Amino acid sequence: MEGFQYFPQTDQDIQAMLERIGVKSLDDLYADVPQDFIFQGEYDLPSAMTEQEVRQFFQELADRNPRQTVFAGAGAYDHYTPAVIPYITSRSEFQTAYTPYQCEISQGTLRYIFEFQSMICTLTGMDVSNASMYDGPTAAAEAVRMSVAQARKKNTVLVSNTLMPNVRAVIDTYARYAGIEIVEIAQEGGQTSASSLESLLAGGQVAGVVVPLTNRFGIIENLEGFADMIHAAKAVMTVYCDPSTLAVLKTPAEWGADIAVGDGQTLGIPLCYGGPYVGFMATSRELMRKMPGRIVGETRDGEGRRAFVLTLQAREQHIRREKATSNICSNQSLMALWVTVYLSLMGPKGLKQVNDICYQRSHFLMQNLLETGLFKEAFPGAPFIKEFALKPLIPPRYIQEKLQEHGIFGALQTPEGYTTFAVTEMRTKEQIFELIKALKG
Amino acid sequence: MKYYDKLIFELSKEGRMGYSLPRPKDNLDTCDSIPANLRRSEAPLLPQVSEVDVVRHYTNLSQMNFGVDTGFYPLGSCTMKYNPKINEEIASMPQFAGIHPLQKNLPGIEAVYQGLDSALAAITGMKHFTFKPCAGAHGELTGLMIIREYHMSRGDMKRTRIIVPDSAHGTNPASAAVCGLEIVQVKSNANGLVDVEDLKPLLDDTIAGIMMTNPNTLGLFEKDIREIAQLVHECGGLLYYDGANMNPLIGTVRPGDMGFDVMHLNLHKSFSTPHGGGGPGSGPVGVCEKLVPFFKVNVSGFNGNFGVMLRAYAYILMLGRENVKMCGRLATLGANYIKESLKDCYKLPLAQVCKHEFVFDGLVNDGAREGVAGATTLDVAKRLLDYGFHAPTIYFPLLFHQAIMIEPTETESKETLDQFIEVMRTIAQEAAQDPDLLHTAPHNTPISRPDETAAARNPILKIWDECAC
Repeated sequence: MEGFQYFPQTDQDIQAMLERIGVKSLDDLYADVPQDFIFQGEYDLPSAMTEQEVRQFFQELADRNPRQTVFAGAGAYDHYTPAVIPYITSRSEFQTAYTPYQCEISQGTLRYIFEFQSMICTLTGMDVSNASMYDGPTAAAEAVRMSVAQARKKNTVLVSNTLMPNVRAVIDTYARYAGIEIVEIAQEGGQTSASSLESLLAGGQVAGVVVPLTNRFGIIENLEGFADMIHAAKAVMTVYCDPSTLAVLKTPAEWGADIAVGDGQTLGIPLCYGGPYVGFMATSRELMRKMPGRIVGETRDGEGRRAFVLTLQAREQHIRREKATSNICSNQSLMALWVTVYLSLMGPKGLKQVNDICYQRSHFLMQNLLETGLFKEAFPGAPFIKEFALKPLIPPRYIQEKLQEHGIFGALQTPEGYTTFAVTEMRTKEQIFELIKALKG
Repeated sequence: MKYYDKLIFELSKEGRMGYSLPRPKDNLDTCDSIPANLRRSEAPLLPQVSEVDVVRHYTNLSQMNFGVDTGFYPLGSCTMKYNPKINEEIASMPQFAGIHPLQKNLPGIEAVYQGLDSALAAITGMKHFTFKPCAGAHGELTGLMIIREYHMSRGDMKRTRIIVPDSAHGTNPASAAVCGLEIVQVKSNANGLVDVEDLKPLLDDTIAGIMMTNPNTLGLFEKDIREIAQLVHECGGLLYYDGANMNPLIGTVRPGDMGFDVMHLNLHKSFSTPHGGGGPGSGPVGVCEKLVPFFKVNVSGFNGNFGVMLRAYAYILMLGRENVKMCGRLATLGANYIKESLKDCYKLPLAQVCKHEFVFDGLVNDGAREGVAGATTLDVAKRLLDYGFHAPTIYFPLLFHQAIMIEPTETESKETLDQFIEVMRTIAQEAAQDPDLLHTAPHNTPISRPDETAAARNPILKIWDECAC
């Protein structure tokens, strides 16, 4: 056999190993397979590339993707990634480890997950966090399933019209196969309508309610009175939130939520065309044993030293099989480390500052857009931090194309015909002026 | 590895900072002008630490961790193969990493999806793949949704039961339950394979399909697969292939050719992307031609774990058609080599040729005698850590009480396997002579065995939880 850098066996090794096994050839190891299933001939794959060629190949593909300045959000935001994060997360002790089942040689992973859980808890105000979910939308879908499991005989879940469309889509998918009925709470002035919620709750049969904290128009929702209404109907309240904004916003716990879910992408994770990101879920103590996914807990080892282990595993699929709270196994552990390192670097003040910069620059863009005369306010006075919607007075498609010509990605359309923009701390004043210039030109 | 006891919160000191950010303008409003009733009452209790604190802390944590780059990781059904480093560079190229998921007209990214799709199709014999699932179990769920959509599209509404072998990974029945399917278990026969006679009476017009792992979790090839496929198809069901055990079939056998209709792959197992301490993975789902119209189910927020796909694609391009044929064969060679070298010290319930992994059922001589308990599989696993190896998967599959499931992968040299074999033999001797040495293992790791019962009884799940100990 010709050598290959990832296969260390020499011909001599292979021969010696075959002899120990007592077979003549590698193919003999497949003698139990019906022989017409053994693939004959060449696989329809490219010829093996050298490392140099692979690097070149991907560089050329990367160069074919036009680099654009991102003024879009809709669930993924272009925040800054401090240099420390990829440096730490690429340490192979973290990167090439498996799930920490052997806790004695996995204290590194277990400790950062415990820190992650603690950070998610202090951001959301909730009691308990799990070790991560795939992304925000799947975390929301799992919250919907949990609500129904908690409520037992009821199977309707109310979801706000103002949730991000991709969150809604994944909720709908999971619900469809679980026999859960999803009913939409109407929108009023860009926010979840309290009166719509009230009348839908009055219909009974509601197991849970999902509302966003910052919604698909970027608006910070006022959830006053929601928890009382929802709890009076004996339903579970889930709040979908952007954890970055929780440096300043009233927490899901303060609003009375039973479950907080969202996506940690805004905490230092690159856009990377949609993934890997990291979902999170935090709940009240009462719902702890209904939670999906892994959870790390603190204990002591034989010598009384502080030690961390995977705990409450009786909820999980490898123990409970079809009776598990969820099927999730692999999660997004390394991305939870990204978030943990990010939050360590930022601290409460840095994270607040990120939000302040977003706030100033997004409001600056909004003001400049309104001054072009091409937009009207969609929801005058509605509070927002980094994303906002405007009503365009010219066709939205035309706006998007204009921006694209100038290397700017933004002005996403909502079904109502609004356009949304997102501005993070990454966007400079100059870039904002370029955007305005592109629209005027 | 040395014990390091800090949590990042314990390094915190008011006034320290680890960030450098643009300063807000003094003359403009900040978040403080958001109405007070929408703002949190107190700042979150995040740590306040300097950059060097962060770097040292996480470096210290990493040194209590064991990865594939540290040493041999024979974890059964997890395929802990080497993770090539070029893949990491590619995934961090700015014109991939900086792209917003809703951006359009991206020829480079489209080429990655198309190229990976056709490469995986070539390797598996499926028609097309969807890349939205973020992990193996997520792929299972997606595949089962596709199966349900197929039946529903034909008005075949009562097919809501799915057959799952008793040897299946726990995710199979769990995914089926999340998909709203009722699980029907089929038994294994004395040879560790799906019992075709037990299967036959289960097949009727309520069966949506069967989930198969082939080779199964005992590492054995389900050689009756042709008959099983025929029986299931005749009853109107579909065949789902759990790709967790695809590694031995890379370059040898294609699930599509065996009659499977839907499958998932674990790119973080078979296609070399790092496990990251439990993710991110990627679980693309492949379907045969007739299921292509159903395969766009929306199971995640955007386009799947694109960064993981890039790594897998780079690996496949390095492998190429020249090396692909050796991948499964060498993985299978390693597993059989270990099995044959240790079967005199460890009980081998099923002696036939295995594929990429196999299962022992505990020690031949566990050292049990009057007043001394024998060494268990857990003890063997913990003792292995002392010798610088990761433990195999233990107590799975559930068919054996002392299961030790070993999977070496093709990226381990004969020397590494020989060292592992020698250590396993030493441990067997230790067990026979002094099982207590194993009961108290590990002895050389940062911590000794923790009290897991206490952890579950009094859950301390964040730094501010009360410790009752």
